Amino acid sequence: MGEKVFAPWNDPNEKPLIQFRNVTKRFGEFVAIDDQSFDIYEQEFFALLGPSGCGKTTLMRMLAGFETPTEGTILLGGQDIAPIPPNKRAVNMMFQSYALFPHLTVWENIAFGLKRDGMDKGAIDARVDEMLKLTRLEQFAKRKPHQCSGGQRQRVALARSLAKAPKLLLLDEPLGALDAKLRQDTQFELMDIQEKTGTTFVIVTHDQEEAMTVASRVAVMDHGKIIQADTPAAIYEMPGSVYVADFIGDVTIIEGRATPSGDGYDIAYAEGQPDLHAKSERSYDAGQTCYLAIRPEKVTISAEKPASGNAVRGRIQDIAYLGNLSTYHVELPNGQVVKSQTANTRRLSARPFTWEDEVWLSWTDTAGVLLGG
Amino acid sequence: MRRITLIAVPYLWLLALFLIPFAIVVKISLSDTALSIPPYTPTLDLGEGWAGLKEFFGGLDFENFKFLMSDDLYWKAYLSSLQIAVISTVLTLLVGYPIAYGMAMAPQHWRPTLLMLVILPFWTSFLIRVYSWMGILSTEGYLNQLLMGMGLIDEPLIILNTNWAVYIGIVYTYLPFMILPIYSSLERLDASLLEAAEDLGCSRFSAFWLVTIPLSKAGIIAGSFLVFIPTLGEFVIPSLLGGSNTLMIGKVLWEEFSSNRDWPVASAVAVILLLILIIPIILFQRNQQKQREADG
Repeated sequence: MGEKVFAPWNDPNEKPLIQFRNVTKRFGEFVAIDDQSFDIYEQEFFALLGPSGCGKTTLMRMLAGFETPTEGTILLGGQDIAPIPPNKRAVNMMFQSYALFPHLTVWENIAFGLKRDGMDKGAIDARVDEMLKLTRLEQFAKRKPHQCSGGQRQRVALARSLAKAPKLLLLDEPLGALDAKLRQDTQFELMDIQEKTGTTFVIVTHDQEEAMTVASRVAVMDHGKIIQADTPAAIYEMPGSVYVADFIGDVTIIEGRATPSGDGYDIAYAEGQPDLHAKSERSYDAGQTCYLAIRPEKVTISAEKPASGNAVRGRIQDIAYLGNLSTYHVELPNGQVVKSQTANTRRLSARPFTWEDEVWLSWTDTAGVLLGG
Repeated sequence: MRRITLIAVPYLWLLALFLIPFAIVVKISLSDTALSIPPYTPTLDLGEGWAGLKEFFGGLDFENFKFLMSDDLYWKAYLSSLQIAVISTVLTLLVGYPIAYGMAMAPQHWRPTLLMLVILPFWTSFLIRVYSWMGILSTEGYLNQLLMGMGLIDEPLIILNTNWAVYIGIVYTYLPFMILPIYSSLERLDASLLEAAEDLGCSRFSAFWLVTIPLSKAGIIAGSFLVFIPTLGEFVIPSLLGGSNTLMIGKVLWEEFSSNRDWPVASAVAVILLLILIIPIILFQRNQQKQREADG
């Protein structure tokens, strides 16, 4: 490992770029943001992820200056930004609708912010050309937005918001209007540009795959609260709650009663069935209700009973063929459905299992995460 | 065949209600006055055959147009009408734009009501509304009574029968024609554009100047033409509210027709007025066309 891992949030000496301190935002009776405190560090690609109405857009609009917190303070580089109007903040935003000025050309759109700063003409020309090059829009400089494709418009919006070299760039569902293939390409482009410019990005999205791909840290939000903020891998492998486990990726949740046993817990999930066993970093009381969250790719499907680990028997209810992967939905005798995913490593191979087959599912003691709720 | 029939409908409409009447007016403008019914000559007598037709065309000349050029009353009236039309259009824009802006920024559920209020005056006769302005603006009118009652002025203001009254009348009458197109262009304005402008360093005012105004340009142009074109030929407002020195071509035209009974000269005045109006009408239509193209 030659390069140092980028993880300023683990370094107590690192000064955060943005600090939310007990921020609450109310719209009348409705609490959009509920007493939140968190930090975002320089050069981070921070994703706010959650269902619509969870408050992620409100958080972003407070950073841009279009909303002010009802309570609490937001610090940018140690300075309270509440009294600074949007046009004076070193923060730029890329709007969900792109909000390109229809009466201006691509070039003029990108130059718009620079002109407001009273830059001289030569400097503006140079900066706009640089931005056009960065976003590969050189040939489209003279076009009006309505003469551009969706992907081009997206890049114009990005170039325009980056032109003023903001300390912080806010992206509101930046790829929402693009089709799936273009979205994937653009995600990598976005990461590339973020790395090149060294700008701190905060992205708002409801697409968990997008958040996982681009972000250095993902904050999963629900009902005005950040439920968990961590690296994509930690969020996926070590979710802190059933909500996060369920929101990110595919998961099977098995409810049961925990009994301490050996180095973990035995989980009684159904009458007449042997207990499941799982290791856990958290501790539970004997008889406490708990939830075992297992990712489908960590569950092995087989015809014979495996020798070790947790094993359950069930009947295949559904098969989802995704090309590279197949996901089996296996119903256990108690009605619980467990998902198992296998990679289709060989082309045109006959499927070993089909609907209504009786199969064994197995996983190791460390495959699942035991959660309290 | 069906397509031709379909296209023919608007053309027949134009032919019957615009081109034929206009051809008649042009014909009269080339005729001479006569003490007869109709009060001009020559009239076409097809019963005389070829000779009658020849005599008819022989009787037509440009004498009336020459007369219009020689008498400075007419070109002064045209110029004065142009001036009044331009000033009233600018005034209507200055009054109408803030109203349209306010309407477009009002909460969604208020907008139909506000729109209704703008259109409501059309439910009363135009003539009655202009007459009621006489009651408001006259020396003993409501406006002077109010201002004197409040102690703001000692002497009544002389507004009625001046150009001021004409401007007030025109602005009042044509305001909806200005408000509606501007409102419709402002209503479509995406609010995030203004946020984007602010985000990029604009103050509220410069965002308005650099984004809102350019994006409502089509509405401003449409509204201005809708006010300018009818105002140029306006005759009711200057004759009721204007004074003896308010010179407008519509009034002149009316007097030629009714007082002088000089139909040929009146027709010549009308033909020239129409030729003057063709330029703004073409510009207006080009603006509408461009707007449609921009909307895609």
